[in-house]
Amino acid sequence: MKPSGYALDATFAALADPTRRAILARLADGEATVTELATPFDMSQPAISKHLKVLERAGLITRSRDAQRRPRKLEPRPLADATDWIERYRRIWETNFKRLDAVLQELKNKQKKAVDALLEDVKPKPKKRRFK
Amino acid sequence: MTRPAALQVTTPTDRELMMTRVFDAPPGMVFDALTTPDLMKRWLLGPPGWTMPVCEVDLRVGGKYRYVWQKADGRKMGMGGTFKEIVPPSRIVATEMYEDYWTGGETLVTTELVETRGKTTLRTTVRYASREARDAAIQMGATKGLEASYDRLEELLKA
Repeated sequence: MKPSGYALDATFAALADPTRRAILARLADGEATVTELATPFDMSQPAISKHLKVLERAGLITRSRDAQRRPRKLEPRPLADATDWIERYRRIWETNFKRLDAVLQELKNKQKKAVDALLEDVKPKPKKRRFK
Repeated sequence: MTRPAALQVTTPTDRELMMTRVFDAPPGMVFDALTTPDLMKRWLLGPPGWTMPVCEVDLRVGGKYRYVWQKADGRKMGMGGTFKEIVPPSRIVATEMYEDYWTGGETLVTTELVETRGKTTLRTTVRYASREARDAAIQMGATKGLEASYDRLEELLKA
């Protein structure tokens, strides 16, 4: 499926906020009511509802049928394109950075050797003295 | 024991991708590894199977850089750009453009290095020129199954 630019805009805007990411992470574990979603945050229900509206407009969450509790649930499909892209990017850089770790370790070892050699040079040499 | 912090990738705005990773080395050393061709050729290689036969870096404001990666089967991929800001060992801003296929134009890449107790936090922000450019980057690779993405969703959201 070709991702539509406008849909992705909404996805990225939704993901840009840490509270909204946390809400989505919570909903990835199963549906939850507004009250349940508000509990872990130091936020009023209206503030949480505002975030939920953004997520709903982006098509990232929907309301379940249960009219009384109206629990929200995650709609994973719109996130798939964005996460897929980010994951590909992450995999490449994870590989690069592991190799960079090794290069840095080698540079550190070299530096340590150079410093040790330098210290060896400036260390006062024991002088041979003859005492009578 | 210290474990290097895992790479985090987030989308701070709808046109930006941000990577954060901690390295167990001081910023000066990381900066050198990021900008010295002999060192870069050893780690800036992407997926397994690629080498980096061309790595030219003119490290000054207005200076250009060019990288070419090559696979054993002869496939090549080139990329280059211009340095806009260089503040050793803490900041590099450069444009970036792939040569072989259209990615919607130049991106602006900001690299920041921050020291914390001898370690370096490297933060790279890739800014796409437009929504179209970002979408082109997204579409460059084949979309994997929904399941694979969904499995990693939690990790991403907790970043």
